[in-house]
Amino acid sequence: MRVLVIEDDKDVAAYLVKGLQECDHVVDHTLDGKDGLLLAASEQYDIMIIDRMLPGMDGLSIIKTVRATGNRTPILILSALGDVDDRVEGLRGGGDDYLTKPFSFTELLARMDALLRRGSSQAEQVTSLNLADLEMDLLSRVVKRGGQKIDLQPREFRLLEYLMRHAEQVVTRTMLLEQVWDYHFDPQTNVIDVHISRLRSKIDKEFDKPLLQTVRGAGYILSEK
Amino acid sequence: MADQTDETIEAEIVGLAEQYSRQGVNGLISVIRERVARDPNGKSLYLFTARDYIKLAGNLDEWPDSAQVQDGWVNFQLDEQVGWEGNDHVARARIFVVQGGLGLLVGRDVHDLMVVKRLIERAINWGMGITLALALIGGIMMSRSTAKRIEVINQISRKIMDGNLALRIPGRGTGDDFDQLAENLNQMLDRIVQLMDGIRHVSDNIAHDLRTPLTRLRNQLESALISAEKEEDREQISTAVAEADKLLSTFNALLRIARLETGGKVAKPEALDLSQLMCDAVELYEALAEDKNQTMTMNIQSGVTTLGDKDLLFQVMSNLIDNAIKYTPEGGKISLQLIESEEGVCFEVADSGIGIPEDEKDKVFQRFYRVAKSRSLPGNGLGLSLVLAVIAMHKGEINLANANPGLKVSVKLPKSEL
Repeated sequence: MRVLVIEDDKDVAAYLVKGLQECDHVVDHTLDGKDGLLLAASEQYDIMIIDRMLPGMDGLSIIKTVRATGNRTPILILSALGDVDDRVEGLRGGGDDYLTKPFSFTELLARMDALLRRGSSQAEQVTSLNLADLEMDLLSRVVKRGGQKIDLQPREFRLLEYLMRHAEQVVTRTMLLEQVWDYHFDPQTNVIDVHISRLRSKIDKEFDKPLLQTVRGAGYILSEK
Repeated sequence: MADQTDETIEAEIVGLAEQYSRQGVNGLISVIRERVARDPNGKSLYLFTARDYIKLAGNLDEWPDSAQVQDGWVNFQLDEQVGWEGNDHVARARIFVVQGGLGLLVGRDVHDLMVVKRLIERAINWGMGITLALALIGGIMMSRSTAKRIEVINQISRKIMDGNLALRIPGRGTGDDFDQLAENLNQMLDRIVQLMDGIRHVSDNIAHDLRTPLTRLRNQLESALISAEKEEDREQISTAVAEADKLLSTFNALLRIARLETGGKVAKPEALDLSQLMCDAVELYEALAEDKNQTMTMNIQSGVTTLGDKDLLFQVMSNLIDNAIKYTPEGGKISLQLIESEEGVCFEVADSGIGIPEDEKDKVFQRFYRVAKSRSLPGNGLGLSLVLAVIAMHKGEINLANANPGLKVSVKLPKSEL
């Protein structure tokens, strides 16, 4: 994948570029807003990661300009401004996702994956999801593992559906709150963990191979590995 | 004016007295006759009488009724009988008793004077009346326009207090006291806005300048976590990551409260189904309560709506429910209620937990304040500060009461206006 990173903090940028290159992405990086816009407008990227506060030109103006030219490349905004208002402003301005600093690299990767996959999966209408011996029928809303039916609450169903749609990808707690519960807020306790552990007890407990795993310092992953 | 008349009379008397001392009674008589003859219709009155009021000289025929022959001043009516034309002629005179019962009256017809005096009095009265009437009308008009302008200032300042800081008080361009007041208030507002922008700017900069190094710190810990081989190291590093996250969430909460408090009003109010919001919050936290064997009872009226910020109100509900679960021991009870009444919307979270001592009820809304009994439990002491900031911004009220045992938190929100 070709990734453009516009980020003025050298350390954060170096860390980002290194991390992305380790994941086999081709990365272009610039510290300056104007150079960033030039690259964004002239080159073809699969995803752009743009900081909001930049020298030369601010990130939001870059995004608006890029969008105005009809460029639909997924854009992930990376910013220290993390208020709901700021996020709304960023997303309305043309960003596809918003990540607040400090961010965990795993979360960044997870969000990038989600953005890239969204572009491709939206085209095809899926009616069922599968992972190992776990099956989910989206029409009849029936979940089975190893042919055995599993009873899920509506919210548990949505939680599992999101995890299955992002199977083999790390999913963070914030992503789950935003996508499954649809609220932007800061839970004071590990309330998401409780829901995950309930889901885990339903889908994994009686089976040999656990599918839902915790990724330390990041979130969860639904994986058959 | 009466003084002037008296002076004229005195002067004439002085003149006559001179004649009298020089030429005696006959001299006086001839002088009086001469004076009368010289000015028959004059304003001067003379009457010189012998004993028994027999006229010796003068232009009055009779001694006035009211006057005795005695030294002193007298006022009397001049009527036609006295040989004068016109009615109500008033005269003032001085009477002398000259030697041996002879009487001398020297006076002046003050009728014209009285007329003038009356005219002046009437003019003064009318003048006063008109002036008073004009003053009254003017006063009413002035006070009306004053009241109107004060009302304008009041209305606008209320709107400004409601958070519309861009409003300014209009002047009329007359440069009067009100314009100056408006100008001063506007300048004060400009200054406040400037200061608030400054604070906002500073907090943005803090956010940027502090979060960036924290990002680096977290990043480094994260790479260390990935490359760490020993399970022991991984354990330690992930604890450090969790600590950094906690630090950041405290810091973010502080910034958020500061933003909410300086913002003053809901940025983008939307119509909300509070019943749905509360059900979602309950659903999210129910699992947590079940893990602590707590029973959660609910009485949520359906279709309760208000105007506000969805995420912030959800934060309020989840903070309150989270507190109730956290501060209630295993097996405790938590009850939730949402009702709509005439006064507005009210939601309550009651628990059977450790409660808050009476004298600490106000303090728990302060940043970082934690009730002594709760210090051993996790938390940063910012949850209720955030709740208060959000409620204030929605023009609501929050009240803490004893549930014996436990705590009952009631939040009232206005029906659907902001």
